[in-house]
Order: sequence, then C-alpha cells, then structure tokens
Amino acid sequence: MRFGGSNLVSSELNSENKTEDNKMENKKILEMKGITKIFPRVVANDKVDFEVNAGEIHGLLGENGAGKTTLMSILYGLYRPDGGEIIFDGGKVEFHSPGDAIKAGIGMVHQHFMLVNKMTALNNILLGYRTPKDPLMDYEWARKRVEKLSKTYGIEVDFDEQVINMSVGEQQRVEILKALFRDVKLLILDEPTSVLTPIETEKLFKALRRMSEEGLTVIFITHKLKEALEVTDRITVLRRGKNVGTLITKDTNEKDLARLMVGREVEIVIEKKKKESGEPVLRIEEIYAKNDRGLPALKGINLTVKRGEILGMAGVSGNGQKELEEVIVGTRKVEKGRLIFNGEDITDYGVGRRVALGISCIPEDRIETGMAPSLTVEENLILRDYVKFTKNGFMDFEIIEKHAEKLIDEFGIKTPSPKVAARTLSGGNIQRLIIARELSRNPVLLVASQPTRGLDIAGIEYVRKRLISFAEEGKAVLLISEDLEEIMQLSDRIAVIYEGKIRGIFDREEADLEKIGILMSGGFLEN
Amino acid sequence: MIEAEFLASLIAASMRAGTPLLFATLGEIIAERSGVLNLGLEGVMVSGAMTGFYISLVTGNPWLGVLAGGIAGLLLALIHAFFTVSLKVDQAVTGLMLVLLGLGLTGFLGRDLVGQVATYIQPINIPILSSIPYGNAIFNQDPVVYVGIFLVPLLWFLMNKTRYGMELFAVGENPEAADTMGIPVDRIRFLAVLIGGFLAGIGGAHLSLAYAKVWTDGLTAGRGWICLALVIFSGWMPQRAIFGAYLFGGLDVLSFKLQAVGLGVSYHFMRMIPYIFTILVLLFSVIREREKFGAPSALGKPYIREQKF
Repeated sequence: MRFGGSNLVSSELNSENKTEDNKMENKKILEMKGITKIFPRVVANDKVDFEVNAGEIHGLLGENGAGKTTLMSILYGLYRPDGGEIIFDGGKVEFHSPGDAIKAGIGMVHQHFMLVNKMTALNNILLGYRTPKDPLMDYEWARKRVEKLSKTYGIEVDFDEQVINMSVGEQQRVEILKALFRDVKLLILDEPTSVLTPIETEKLFKALRRMSEEGLTVIFITHKLKEALEVTDRITVLRRGKNVGTLITKDTNEKDLARLMVGREVEIVIEKKKKESGEPVLRIEEIYAKNDRGLPALKGINLTVKRGEILGMAGVSGNGQKELEEVIVGTRKVEKGRLIFNGEDITDYGVGRRVALGISCIPEDRIETGMAPSLTVEENLILRDYVKFTKNGFMDFEIIEKHAEKLIDEFGIKTPSPKVAARTLSGGNIQRLIIARELSRNPVLLVASQPTRGLDIAGIEYVRKRLISFAEEGKAVLLISEDLEEIMQLSDRIAVIYEGKIRGIFDREEADLEKIGILMSGGFLEN
Repeated sequence: MIEAEFLASLIAASMRAGTPLLFATLGEIIAERSGVLNLGLEGVMVSGAMTGFYISLVTGNPWLGVLAGGIAGLLLALIHAFFTVSLKVDQAVTGLMLVLLGLGLTGFLGRDLVGQVATYIQPINIPILSSIPYGNAIFNQDPVVYVGIFLVPLLWFLMNKTRYGMELFAVGENPEAADTMGIPVDRIRFLAVLIGGFLAGIGGAHLSLAYAKVWTDGLTAGRGWICLALVIFSGWMPQRAIFGAYLFGGLDVLSFKLQAVGLGVSYHFMRMIPYIFTILVLLFSVIREREKFGAPSALGKPYIREQKF
C-alpha cells in the first residue's frame, strides 16, 4: 500500500512540473526551502519545500498533526525554524517575530482567533498599527479605510461592537480585516471553515476569490478535501511533516488527495444497519442553563435519547453543546427543567451518583477534563471506578495493572507501559484511553463530544466503529460533533442546536445537509 | 466654625496622606494592565521611603530624595521584571520575595536613620486659589501632591487615547493576540513593571519626606497591600484610583484626628480602620465578578511564545 502511495506522488509531481513549465508567467511570491522544525517529541516539519504563486489561492492540505500550522507559523515568524530558508517577494527573509512578517506583507488568520475580547472590532483591527496621528488613535481615518476594505471584499463587521459579543463568524471577519488593513500581499488562513456554518463558508469563499482577483495571494490551510477542491487553484499536501506533492486543483480529485494525505487507500464508509430504537434512556425536559460568563446558554432544551440509537447533535460550536454536555454529566448547574434517566429524576444528583447510574462521557476537552495528565495510564483507566479497585481501603495495584493491560490490548492504546504518565501519550492514544475507560465500565448512556477531533484517519475509523457497535449493544449515544459528515454517517436521528435551542430533529433518512445547514445558522425551513 | 476648620484640615491631610497611596496605586495599575501582578508593592514602597529619607538627610535636598526613592523602587521592580517577564517565574512568589527583601533591607540599612531629622518637602501656596474658602486645604499642598493629581488625567489619556494604551491593554488581555500583531509583549511588560516600581518608590519617598516626616522600621505599615486592594477598587482605571487613594488617606488621618478630638475609642481600633476597609473592598470586588470589574484577563500569567508542545 505504501508503495502505491509513493508512486502516485512522484507521477503527480512530474505532471505538475510539466504544467508548471507552461505557466511560467506565474511569478512565485513565496518559496520555503528545506524547512525543518523539531519540537521536543516530534519532527513537525521535515525538510519541507513549499512554493506559492502570486495571486493564487493555494490549499495546504493535511491531516491533523501533519505540520501545516507549524509550517505557516514559521512563515509568520511565530516559530523559528531549525533549518531551511524562506524567500518572500523576491528576497530572502528571516522573521524574528510576527511583526517582521507583517511588515514584509504577510498576514495570518489563526485557527484560534487572536482577538482582544474586551476591545471593539475597530480597536482590534488597529492593534499595533500606527495611524497618521500616531501615537494618538486616528479613528476617523481608520474607519474610512476599514469601511472601504469591507466594501471591496464584501466582509461585513460592526466596527463598534466588542469582540466578546460577536459570533465566531463575525470574529473571523474581524481577523481578516485586521490582516487586510495592513496591506498584506499574502494572507494565511488556518482552518477558517471549522467554525463556520455552510452559508458563512460560502461567503468566506466568495471573499477569498475576490481577494485573489485583486491580486492578493491566499494560503488556505484545511483538512477538508471538498473545501480545498472548491476554492483553491493549487494544493500542496503535507503528510507527517513532509511535502508529498503539489497538485493543480482542477486536475485532481477527492480520492487522489485523500490517498496523498493519508498515504494509503482510504474509504471511510462505515456500515450502519437501520434499526428500531428502543425506549427512552435520557429525557431532557425544558432545560435552562447559563454559560461560564453567566449568560443564558441553554434556553429550554427538550430531547430524548433512546436505547440502541446514536442521536447526533449538529451545530456550530458555542451554541450550547458544551453546556449541554456538562448539564448531563452533572458539572453544570441547571437553572430550570428536569433530567430523567431511566425514569429517575437525576436533576439534583451529583456527578458521582450519575456515574454510578451508568452515564459515561467523552468530554470535548480531553486533556482538561477527560484525564489527569500526570497520573499513569493505569490510574487514568480507573478514574471513574477507583473505589472498586481497592483492598482493605488501599489501592490494589495488582488488579489495576491487570485491568489496564486488558484495556490497552483491547482498545489498542499504544503506550510503553501502563505505568507511564498519561500525558506522554499522543492525542490519538489519549482519546483511545478515554474511550477505553468510558466504554469498559459498561454504561447505559454515552455522551461523546467531538470524539474524533484531532485524530488521524485510522483513529477516526476506529472511534466511529466503536460508537456504532456500542449503540448496537442496545446502549444510547449522544454524539455532539461539529463535523457534519460524521453526524450524517453515524446518527440514527439528528438534532440541530442553535443558540441554546433545538431547532429541529430529523430521522436519518429525511435529513440532508442543506436543511441542517440552514437550521445551524439560525434560518428557518419553509414548510 | 471649629467644624469647618476641622473639615478643611481633614481634606488637606487626606490629600497628603493619600498621595503615597495614589502614586503606588497608579504604578500598580500600569503594571497590572500589562498582565504583571506585583505583590511586592509593600517592599517597593518602603525602599522608596527609606532611600528618599536617607538621600534627603545626606544632601539636604528633599527633591533628590524623591528622585532617589523612585529609583530605589525602580531597582526593586527591575528584579521583579527580570524574574517574572524574562524568566517567566511565578509572579506571586517573586512579589512576596520582594516584600521580604524590601522590608528586611530597609530595616537593616535604615537602623541609623531612626530618630534623625531630614529636610522635608515644603508645601507651596498657590496664591489666589488658596485664599478662597477651603482653598487653603487644597491649594496649599506640596508639589508631589499636585504631580499626583496631574498624573491621573495624563495616565487616563495615555491609556485610553493613544496607541501605547491600546498596546498595554492588549498585552494584559491577550498577549498572544498582541504578539501576533507584532507588539513586543515582554518589552511592554518589562517597562510597565519598571514604571510601576518608579511611581511606588516616589509614593514611598513622599510618605517619609512629606507625610510621616520621619523614618521608622516598616514605615509603610501595610500601605503597599492597601494599594493592591485599591487597584481592584479602582477597576484598573486611574480616574477612579484618586478617589480610592484619598478616601484611604482620609481614613488614615481620621484615625488620628478623632483621637485628638477625644472620642474615647481605643487608639488601636482607630488604627485598624483602613485595614478593615481594605478587607471590605476586597470582599466587595469578589462579590462583583472580576471580569466585569475590568481585571486584565492575562493578569498573573507569564507569556511564553512556543509553549504549545
């Protein structure tokens, strides 16, 4: 399989070279040569060569952990490379800080927005910028300039609004304007669509095409094949820190890209039998709850999760999913409403009692709430039920180790020993550890929040199969995911959440991406 | 008539007593706005107080004393900045070390200063204004008091209307965001801590050279801690700090004045008033949420760029 992959790479590269010859008029704006970056435990970039033509939209494709963000952070001056050189706009450059990169004409919109929440959009855009009246803030001048940019590219923002009150989509637009304001020649967007609804994504793509027409160069980092194919001119694929090929978008397809990205033939088609779901396991009745900032996050949620089904919850993050997860697990206070678990009112139960009743959870934030990083793997595997692993009041490490060895084997957790600290495991193995712990305690209900985020394709496949077989055993799964494809593939029923309310529930057969997309972004379906 | 006179002298004394607090509070606001908490304020102030007193005693020039006090505060702040900003050491630990260092060092070096008489800062009478009713209270102060008052609008302007203020705010709220826009996070934090130390040092010098007019071991008597509470009380805004500082100055003075009037309440109880108030302020600010109160989001957190892996 590996050989198939590399043959393909070289042939693709050859064909690319040929077409490149025909397009000599394409001026290179960026050349990164032999870029190497080594982090303490991983080689993030391994002699990467990367070239971008002026005025193109260039996709940077790769799985999570392939080194895309690292490569771009080096270009943006956030990280110093351990080797290699960068030629930008005709000259060799060496950036010691993002300030240098900005001066040279490079802008970056990070995956986690770099905005000051307590400032207005305009102040964020102006951050660090010297207006004509510097050091005074020349708002009048700035506003005119921003409004012009906003009109040119069709990027709308309320400039006087505080960032904290903005939707993620709007925050992203502030980020883009922030870069454009500095007259960048090259704009890097890191996974820009992961927080957007399908409609917002369309708008973003329109703006990107507009930028390209105006002569701006765009690097679009993504792991979504469809998006890369839709919006880019060329695509460079990274795999495990190496450049495995640069392709012309219109000459390639999803299958080839996936093969390059993963390095083998992939087809994530998971067999899912249609079946009747059983009686309700969890009934959520008119639940209201607040978020960490004390604002209403859940506004009257009604939902029933049934035995033997996977109930998928679709929605853009920040619409109450995290709060709902916490309300079910018992770590967030309910303002109003009831939770009925197997006919029992558990609204006022603490976490421990709910765990004992058979509620398990794969939390969204794995490192923060899913595990204790400094404890060993075997200790992490008994976190929920440690009481059962005691003898005369002391921990019985013989049994604990046996228990761990069994799970490590069954769930394929790669670890040198059950006795090493859990934080030394890779992200995928931490996820396996959590799944092993949560499923092995034989729960009745599993709340799985973003269970495949950050995993490689093999890991995703594994987790999805596990969830399905778990539901087939007659258990109930509440699957919270931002990945619509995942929701469509795994769920028996799909609920759409928007601003703390369930906006619609579909059976798998009647659900389609368009309908869900409209509800996700707050629209209404016409009857 | 006695009451009016009492009130006028109370206002005057409150301003004088509040000025050391005002300087230190303004300085700490700048430092904290950049995201660096300096718990060592007590140590910084007391160093300024002793150094200022000593230099004035030796040179006979109280202004050199004030300047020296500021520099002493700056030097102590330099230690804090080096450890917390350059070496990313825990800010609370370094701050507490500074308290012990400041109090210990001044106690040791200042042994011979106890009981000495230095040249003090004299009030300046502003001609016409001081002759209006109560004017004598407000316009017959020493220059440091006036500088303190003038600093408030100056800092307000710098913090709210200029790029420097925006950058200071951004560095304290979201250093990563500031860094990605090319703002030198560490340099700004370093500077903010130094400025904070300088102002606190001047505050200390004013305490020994204009208010207490004497050096005793541990002269600041917890004023540094009160200033830390005042920063919270003022919501990290200079324009509010002045009210807080004068209010606490007033409480300090009141505890003396009421004794003089002979209220029959224990001296020790009166001396407790400012500290009890401090506790109330802290309690009040905990009840109102920190965020709404304007605490910098990155306060107390060292910023390390490549800490991801």
